[in-house]
Amino acid sequence: MKKTRMVFLAGMAMLAVAASGETLINGAGATFPYPIYSKWFNEYHKLHPDIQINYQSRGSGAGVQQVTAGTVDFGASDYTLTDTQIKEFATKRGSEILAFPTVLGAAVAAYNIPGVTTSLNFTPEALAGIYLGKITKWNDPELVKNNPGVKLPNADIVVIHRAEASGTTFMWTDYLSKVSKEWEMKVGRGASVNWPLGLGGQGSEGVTGQLKQTPNSIGYVELTYVLQNKIPYGKVKNAAGEFVQADLASVTAAAASAAKNMPDDFRVSITNAPGKGAYPISSFTWLLIPSKISDPTKKKALADFLGWMLKDGQTMTTALSYAPLPKEVVAKETKAIAKIN
Amino acid sequence: MATATLPRATRFSGRASILRRAFSGDSLAQALVFLCATGILALTALLVWELWTRSALSRATFGFDFLRTGTWDPVAGNFGALPFIYGTVVTSAVGLFIAIPFGVGAAIFLAELAPPKLSDAMTFLIELLAAVPSVIFGLLGIFVLVPMLMKIVPGLKDALGVLPIFSGPFYGVSLLSAGVVLSVMVAPYIISVSREVLLAVPRDMREAALAVGATRWETTWDIVVPHARRGIMGSIFLALARALGETMAVTMVVGNTPKIAASLLAPGYSIAAVIANEFAEATSDLHISTLVELGLVLFGITIVLNGAARLLILATGRKAG
Repeated sequence: MKKTRMVFLAGMAMLAVAASGETLINGAGATFPYPIYSKWFNEYHKLHPDIQINYQSRGSGAGVQQVTAGTVDFGASDYTLTDTQIKEFATKRGSEILAFPTVLGAAVAAYNIPGVTTSLNFTPEALAGIYLGKITKWNDPELVKNNPGVKLPNADIVVIHRAEASGTTFMWTDYLSKVSKEWEMKVGRGASVNWPLGLGGQGSEGVTGQLKQTPNSIGYVELTYVLQNKIPYGKVKNAAGEFVQADLASVTAAAASAAKNMPDDFRVSITNAPGKGAYPISSFTWLLIPSKISDPTKKKALADFLGWMLKDGQTMTTALSYAPLPKEVVAKETKAIAKIN
Repeated sequence: MATATLPRATRFSGRASILRRAFSGDSLAQALVFLCATGILALTALLVWELWTRSALSRATFGFDFLRTGTWDPVAGNFGALPFIYGTVVTSAVGLFIAIPFGVGAAIFLAELAPPKLSDAMTFLIELLAAVPSVIFGLLGIFVLVPMLMKIVPGLKDALGVLPIFSGPFYGVSLLSAGVVLSVMVAPYIISVSREVLLAVPRDMREAALAVGATRWETTWDIVVPHARRGIMGSIFLALARALGETMAVTMVVGNTPKIAASLLAPGYSIAAVIANEFAEATSDLHISTLVELGLVLFGITIVLNGAARLLILATGRKAG
């Protein structure tokens, strides 16, 4: 009894010591990169026991709002910051907001057509046509001519999309806006949009559940999710004219080909990226960090974490089905860390 | 009477006893429970106030058109609540339509006909059902109920396809599916509360009915159930409140399409579902403001329906009395 109490007291004392010397950094934002972020923050804490980074995955909207309001030290978002958001941050916090790409995500076209087991080829015209409600049958010429040898049924296409606002929807609609003028005019890009047609599934599991149960359906799903759940999906024709299967390599390739024209603030959409082997429906996800951090320990810790994330952190991404950053982007970002002061 | 004479007796017994009176059970308890009651009211008022002020931008932009129009376009910043109001009311109505006969029937069986031991055991299980998290019901909906409906509905369409409410293509997720899931979720409330109310009907009434020659069923249906009518109505409105606000289970099977369709087989959307789906990622002030206003609308619907319920109870009570 006495012994356990001693051990308990000793444990408490150690905790107290640890707590007193610990720097606590709080962040909030995007849900998509949450698994890799929590892995990173955990690994980083093991290397630097005096630094504890907490992250609440509350959604990109909340991430931008909270970092702008100053209730967290950093935010995270799946979308490029808008000019309004940057201006609002500047007026409220008196400094710049810096966006650092961390990993890449992609959206793939999954489908359930009875009798079709091969990986279908989708052209941008086919995807836009299906989601606009102009291509309504699986044996539409646009689909048939790009899938020689596949017996596509004379059946109505059931369109499925994500119901809740998400980065995956943003990528998908951003891509459709780039490849179809009509889509851009009628629907546009956004985390949630006014869909011309289709059923809304709640979350990746909702979309895939709906796909499995609805014959002749098509839906878009986050790449991480289909890789982990072994769901078949189609190839998409990229800007270079080749049909590309989405995987971690082709997504990183898309980012690499976009890296040449990368602006200094990393606000860039990489959908429909040029270059061979690039999968066209992908996007960065960003950490949002204020350029002025008053607490010197926090400033040092965040800068150090970014450096570690770009080097050692990137090696942990593929195990969790995230596409790592291409080296061109890593090099550019490493330089940008110096902007935090 | 005793309470009226007590203060007069203590009035003359000095300061100490005044203090003691102040801190003694009665007034202290009264103050405490008064605080509890006003606390709840204050909380509700605060809720309405927050919803009202934070939806100011949306109210100023759209006015009453918000309730009349049906476009929901976050990209263009064009918002109308009508499809969500429709979906909320229709799914709840379908849920209650199924849950009321089942729930009241089950309650009658448990209270009047089942052996007490069986009744207690079943009630325990039914009450457990009410404690299951709604996401579980949603998953059951996607993976069990929807495939089941996909098999049943074609037959239903053959038989009743002429009715507009059973027309059009069926993809599994629909207003009907959401209503069926809701009925399973709210039935435990109806069963559990109605059973208690039925059990509370005085024994004398049953005995009197049986003594004048009524059968067991006549006693139950003509004497016990009418006596418990108000309580049963209460249980139904509890169930309605639950159905209106249900979020997760509905969004997983309703299809999440903000359109108004006469057919129950068409996909729809509900207020609670759209708030949950879009709030976290809403970045424009107007979008957030409209979602808050939707919360206000849901609050309004709840008040209107609850008010109507009270009136209904009053009206039927008078007729019977």
